[in-house]
Amino acid sequence: MEKHVVVIYPHPDDESFGAAGTIAKFREQGVPVTYLCGTLGEMGRNMGNPTFANRETLPEIRKKELIEACKVLDMELVMLGYRDKTLEYEDRNEVAVHLKGIIEEIEPSLVITHYPEHGVHPDHNALGAAAVEAVRLMEPEKRPTVWAQAITNTHIEELGKPEVINDVRDNFDKKMDAILCHQSQANGVIRSWNQSEGLDNDLKEEAKKRLGYESFYIWKY
Amino acid sequence: MKPIELDKVQEKLESFIDKDVYVHLETTNGAYASHVNAKAYNVGVYIRNAKVRFNQAKIVGDGKSYRAGLKMEIGWIYAEGLTDWEIFEGEKLLMAGHDREGRLMVALQISETPFNY
Repeated sequence: MEKHVVVIYPHPDDESFGAAGTIAKFREQGVPVTYLCGTLGEMGRNMGNPTFANRETLPEIRKKELIEACKVLDMELVMLGYRDKTLEYEDRNEVAVHLKGIIEEIEPSLVITHYPEHGVHPDHNALGAAAVEAVRLMEPEKRPTVWAQAITNTHIEELGKPEVINDVRDNFDKKMDAILCHQSQANGVIRSWNQSEGLDNDLKEEAKKRLGYESFYIWKY
Repeated sequence: MKPIELDKVQEKLESFIDKDVYVHLETTNGAYASHVNAKAYNVGVYIRNAKVRFNQAKIVGDGKSYRAGLKMEIGWIYAEGLTDWEIFEGEKLLMAGHDREGRLMVALQISETPFNY
């Protein structure tokens, strides 16, 4: 059983869409989980449907949504204070050293992050790379395991099958609850799957199909 | 934000004339555009807190979508596809164009003090 898990993703809602089921399972086992959220998603274009946010109110709104989701998932939250859509312009080493400091303080047995170059969003790639680098900078015997999540359409073709595949469908309600905390964002993503005005059940089935498995590659140093 | 009211927005635009103002100008089709549709391009820009001065400002449109043009001493600022507006924190003018899903496509914002950064 893991001792402590640290999740490192850049945007409020990455944790819910990407790893909510995995996180919930760890919490069920009594494993502490800490989420290092890179930014407040300041530059997201989803403003709710119907629209209720604007470019200026969005960060505060997403911050509240993030706090709610972390309550649902029962995990500790640390906001890293970077800005959405600028992570790849930050000095990679500085970000890595920042993350390394926090990781060394928490001493997790496992770090979960995005697979660099396979995160799709530039922030995912940048923060994933910094997280991988942060652990690389540590003494080998002190390094936590790193699970890296790839979401590009080509990842299986290019990286092979992920070593860790978590079937999270049995506690899917919790994942949906976490996702729905991100009211400003959830609608936009969900609607992009299901163009028709289907029933709530259809939506949940569609969500289960797309988000029912959370897969990770074990990073090899 | 609410749908653009031409007279009110025009009035607010004119209140910024010949002053040093900060501008946020943005357009985006989302960071996942080509991930969702391989034929789509990932295109976007933003300038946040460019300090500018314009001597003429006008918003024009047909009731569905609007175009704002700000004339500077040596250039122009232009945004097309604006649909909604709001006065934020008492003095900042926010204008944006949203698609059917409520997603931001374009934004032009003007303020006498910098936007949060």
